[in-house]
Parts: sequence; structure tokens; C-alpha cells
Amino acid sequence: MTPRNFLVRGLLAGLIAGILTFAVAYIAGEPSVDAAIKVESAGETPHAHGQSAPATHGGDHHDENGTVVSRQNQSTWGLATATISTGVAFGGIVALAAAFALGRIGRLRPSQSTALVAALGFVSVALVPFIKYPATPPAVGNADTIGSRTTQYFVMLAISVLAMIAAVLLFRKLLDRFGTYTAVLTSAAAYLAVVILAGALMPTVNEIGDFPGDTLWYFRRGSLMTLATLWGVIGIALTGLIGKLYVQESATQARRDLAASL
Amino acid sequence: MSQVTTATPEIEIPSIPLRELAPWALFFGLIGAFILFFISADQGAVSIPAGTAIHEWVHDGRHLLGFPCH
Repeated sequence: MTPRNFLVRGLLAGLIAGILTFAVAYIAGEPSVDAAIKVESAGETPHAHGQSAPATHGGDHHDENGTVVSRQNQSTWGLATATISTGVAFGGIVALAAAFALGRIGRLRPSQSTALVAALGFVSVALVPFIKYPATPPAVGNADTIGSRTTQYFVMLAISVLAMIAAVLLFRKLLDRFGTYTAVLTSAAAYLAVVILAGALMPTVNEIGDFPGDTLWYFRRGSLMTLATLWGVIGIALTGLIGKLYVQESATQARRDLAASL
Repeated sequence: MSQVTTATPEIEIPSIPLRELAPWALFFGLIGAFILFFISADQGAVSIPAGTAIHEWVHDGRHLLGFPCH
């Protein structure tokens, strides 16, 4: 059990996750991205104050100074670049977080603490920020507010991740004195309290205008499936790989102990 | 942090000392942040380098992975 063992397995899990995420995003997400771009290029830019500055994106039809990437490339190679890079990056980060959590969360075995880290990662990195600032399809979102929306999204993400780390540390403090049930309940409630408060205080973004509601929902459902696939596959693959590693290392150790005792 | 798990004899849970983990975490943390920046936010709110090539290339992924795109 070394950091290297964890990182290598995390990168592998992330690669697998990135490839499967591409498949899910392509099947579940691309149809609504295309539908949204049709809405956008139909000229009915639905956001309230937008038409002055058409966003430089969304395909081969409009861009005043930007590079042109065809829809064909965006929805295949471009999408795959994004999902695989993100998968490998998160895979490595989750693996090193799992390496840190190893033997430090109660009496969880390596595969259990790894699965827990991935699950908490999904909740704090993907799910909670999504609930406050859900993914938006092309044609939703005013180009003038990209700066503030990006800042708000990453502030919410940072609050959520820091609150989750604090909640796990709180769990460790409470565990010995109050037992697992109370420790889990208290630290989960503390995390929820922080993110709900943050969510209530952070500004609301509503630039949907009259974008069709069904397309918006299909897009967001596809986006959530994409994120769930990314984190789910990282968690499942890494948990399996770390569990196997632990079994192997335990067996080696047992043989060594036996040999030493002879 | 070195709360050595006083194990019941049958299950002994290993743990990685922070000194061993820190360089890996720092190095890959930086690389990971770098990758995620280019995929998630570059040439949207901030542009390094200037242009729209990266934004355009990862456009669909950025939308579907939930990052603010434009």
C-alpha cells in the first residue's frame, strides 16, 4: 500500500471512467446539446439581455474571431478529450485522497474507505454544486455573465469540498466518544447545514428566458447521468483494484510472517 | 494524524504516513488542477492562451460535465 500503487490504479480507473463517460454523454447528452444549438441558431436567443454579443461557441455557424471546430468534432473527439482528461484527473485525485483515508476512517478496510472517498467525492464535487448551479445547455446563459457565473460555481464547489473534508474530520473526532451512528449523523448534518446555508446565501442564476423546458430537463438529466457515470465508474473500478491489491499484499505479508516464524 | 489503528489481531489496516504521501499529493494535485482548469474554465472567464480553440474543442464536454461554459 504505497502512494504510487494508489495513483497508478486511480489513473487507470479514471481512464476507464472517462471512456464510459464519453459513451454515456454521447448517447444521453448529445441529442439535447444539438437541440439546444438549434434553438440558439434559430436566433431566438432567449436570455433577457443577450443579443448584443453572440457567444463564440456552439458550432460552425457563428464566430467572429474564434477558432472553428465542427459540430461533428465537438460531439466526438472534443467530448472524448474532455471526459477522458477529466476522468484521469479526478481518478488520480480520488486515488490519492483514498490513500490518505486508508486506515484513518474508523475501522474501514481499504476497499471500503476507497469506496467511501469516491462516494463523498461525487456528492461534494459533482452533486451539490450541480443542485445549486445546474449545468446549462448552449443558448442558456448570457455571455456577459460568464465571469461571475464561473466564480460562483467554483466558490460553491470549494465550499462543498471544504465542508466535506471538515465533516470527515469531525466524524473522526466524534467516533471514539459517541460511536459510529451518532458520529455519521452529526457530521452528515453538519455538512448539509453548511452547503444548504451556502446555497441559500449564494446568488441565484436564472438566464433561462423562454428556452424550452423539456429540452432543458433532458439536457440536465443527461448531464447528471454523465457526472454519475464519471464518479460511479471511478469509484467502482478503484474500489475493485484497491481491494485486490490489499488481498495480494495481505497474502504476501502472511507468507513473510510465516517464514519469519519458522 | 498517526492514529495508529490498534488493530484486533485478525484485521490489521495499513495506513500511509503523511511524509510519504505529501509529495505525490502535491505533484499530482497540481497536475490535476491544471488539467481540470483547461477542461472546465479556460477561454471562458479567463483565457490562457487567448483564443477560443480549447473552449471550442471541449465545448460539449464542458456543458455536459456541468461547468459554466458561456
